[in-house]
Amino acid sequence: MKASLRLFAAFVAFLLPLAALAQERGLEIDIVGGNASALPIAVVPMPYQGSAAAPETDVAEVVRADLARSGQFRALPVGDMVEKPARGGEIQFPTWRLLKQDFIVVGHVLDAGAGSYRVEYELFDVAKQERLLGFAMTARSSAMRDVAHQMADAIYEKILGVRGAFWTRIAYVTAVGTGKGAKYALMVADSDGYNPQTVVRSPEPLLSPSWSPDGRKLAYVSFERGNSSIYIQDIGTGSRELVASFRGINGAPSFSPDGRRLALTLSRSGNPEIYVMDLGSKALTQVTKQFGIDTEPTWSADGGTLYFTSDRGGRPQIYQVAASGGAASRVTFQGSYNASATVSYDGKKIAVAQGSGNVYRIALLDRSLGSPRWSTLSPGSLDESPSFAPNASMVLYAAREGRRGVLYAVSADGRVRQRLVLADGDVREPAWGPYRSQR
Amino acid sequence: MNTATRVLLTAVLCTAAVACSKKVKEVPPADTGPSTGVVDQGATTSGVYGPGDLDTDACLRQRVVYFDFDQDALRPEFQAAMACHAKYLRDRPSSRMTLEGNADERGSREYNLGLGERRGNAVSSALQANGGSGSQITVVSYGEERPTCTDSSEDCWAKNRRVEIVYTAK
Repeated sequence: MKASLRLFAAFVAFLLPLAALAQERGLEIDIVGGNASALPIAVVPMPYQGSAAAPETDVAEVVRADLARSGQFRALPVGDMVEKPARGGEIQFPTWRLLKQDFIVVGHVLDAGAGSYRVEYELFDVAKQERLLGFAMTARSSAMRDVAHQMADAIYEKILGVRGAFWTRIAYVTAVGTGKGAKYALMVADSDGYNPQTVVRSPEPLLSPSWSPDGRKLAYVSFERGNSSIYIQDIGTGSRELVASFRGINGAPSFSPDGRRLALTLSRSGNPEIYVMDLGSKALTQVTKQFGIDTEPTWSADGGTLYFTSDRGGRPQIYQVAASGGAASRVTFQGSYNASATVSYDGKKIAVAQGSGNVYRIALLDRSLGSPRWSTLSPGSLDESPSFAPNASMVLYAAREGRRGVLYAVSADGRVRQRLVLADGDVREPAWGPYRSQR
Repeated sequence: MNTATRVLLTAVLCTAAVACSKKVKEVPPADTGPSTGVVDQGATTSGVYGPGDLDTDACLRQRVVYFDFDQDALRPEFQAAMACHAKYLRDRPSSRMTLEGNADERGSREYNLGLGERRGNAVSSALQANGGSGSQITVVSYGEERPTCTDSSEDCWAKNRRVEIVYTAK
């Protein structure tokens, strides 16, 4: 296992310089840890066989990195590939059996006219010598990374039976400098950190981005008016709307699964309480009414339940309440500090920032097996803001390293962690966006 | 009507202040026997604070209130500061202050917004208990977003768990 890890590290190191050339990216990525039970897969380089200029994106490399990052797959380093078939018919299965590969992906890139490319690829089960997938995708040069992420999603789903979440985006906040000269930006990037795009810049703190379910808008908190206030901004057009600027705290926005409502925290009554705003009429419904801090509402997938942080019992813990209001019940009982809940799409798993003394880690509560089971996903010591991928395979979170913030994506089994680092400054407040295509 | 009241009040206060300062020259203030520590700390001989005292008075210059971890209870050592700032608010009804509540970096940012507000409210309550008017005070919470110190250490965290008293009108 150690050797394979080292090989893996070498493989990653080999990829990095190539990746840097390929396309601009905001975040540096490296992988920490490995998973011995991961499925071995060979994603063979996909040569360009057209007559114009080759695409800048190495499609196979993007697919390979996606699959490796998930923790579910162990991608064979290109250097170990003694043969490089580009079509199913060219695969010598004994070779790949000898290399102990369970799966192999082959493909090639062709011209599709008008500066577009056509990627044809196939997935095979090595033992059965059986073709599991055979697809062709056409896209402009600038969208080749999107194509690769969709390929990785299809491969992931075919083998694991779970929808892939590589073709998704993440939002996060960057901070450069401190004190009066600090600059903040709300950013959106591909799930692997590429294609960063600035949504809004501010000289005042920004926090708590929340995706609309269609992936077109972000709600967030800004201090640009002196006090906290909540905006909803269209990522594509840049237009934005001020939706909450009451006396006191205006925080923790969270879109409902149908996109019509926004859960939020307001302290206009003198104490932070959870409210639900109808985004059409802007009418507010108060959900909690309790002495204590109630904040960080997040919705169950059916929109019927809100999970939130409350210190009504003394220290912060996660509670749940019907989205229409009523009595709340406590969800977390392990740990003296549980906050910032993120709930998996099926409602079975809840990840939180769990504090014990001065150590804050990301912890996962699995409620799918009758009695609740806890596991720790991160080593600490100041980990916060967990956010599930839409397929719940990974959790994105923020950590501190020295004086700066970095992001990590950890597989839901805690085995593989990937570090996303901004070249200069702080990265924080990650939020994993929804699937980019509806089903 | 509100403005009228304020003008009247200001006028009354002005004459009172003048009258006071005149009196002071004749009879030295009885520094030996004031009942509260507040007056002790008041540097003005008149016994009424003026804007200049914000920069010179030792008690009024104390504009940061620190808190224990995850706590919003006012520590006893800040009682004197509460009393003198409350007196300033009383002495100068036109003055306004913003209480900026802050938390250290540990834990959730949104929860820390709540904690910062609680601390701001604790200071506001203490000022009002000492006779300050709630209408002169605004509480804003910055949570952990405005640290004065960025190391991850207890020393640094203690400096960040604070309420800053900012006079927006002197």
